[in-house]
Amino acid sequence: MSKTLTRMDLSEAVFREVGLSRNESAQLVETVLAHMSDALVAGETVKISSFGTFNVRHKTARVGRNPKTGEEVPISPRRVLTFRPSHLMKERVAQGNRA
Amino acid sequence: MIRSELIQKIADENTHLNHREVEKIVNTIFEEIIEAMARGDRVELRGFGAFSVKRRDARVGRNPRTGDSVDVDEKHVPFFKTGKLLRERLNEE
Repeated sequence: MSKTLTRMDLSEAVFREVGLSRNESAQLVETVLAHMSDALVAGETVKISSFGTFNVRHKTARVGRNPKTGEEVPISPRRVLTFRPSHLMKERVAQGNRA
Repeated sequence: MIRSELIQKIADENTHLNHREVEKIVNTIFEEIIEAMARGDRVELRGFGAFSVKRRDARVGRNPRTGDSVDVDEKHVPFFKTGKLLRERLNEE
């Protein structure tokens, strides 16, 4: 019942709403994602009002454990991306999925 | 980077489109993602990440100030998982 949308569905929406060609709509979806990715890789926060905020966090090195063998493994410092949905998104998702 | 800066970047690269069109393109993309999640659907954008909906079961919570127990209904919350390519790009030297 629940389905999975892809880039194709997003570009179809752009095609429908804006009236560009399918090809150009697809390219624009790609461009939007590329700009967001580039900003995040550069360490920037990406804040889209009424959608949410993508934030890059730095994690320090720590000792992890292989849960299967119990063996200790070093985990190197890394950057992770977190997404914090806006209130509007949370509300609409909660409303829409109400039983 | 905020929404208006993202719109400006796309506009600068696509001078054949007017500013209103670019606004509509960017807004349509984010709106479509929210609508999908509001239907309970998942949006998978390979290389970037996936938006999905997670169910939080009903539980008995507590008012942290008074300690009273309160019933919290089941609810659905948005969730984002970073894509493999973006995760790798974040950690390139």
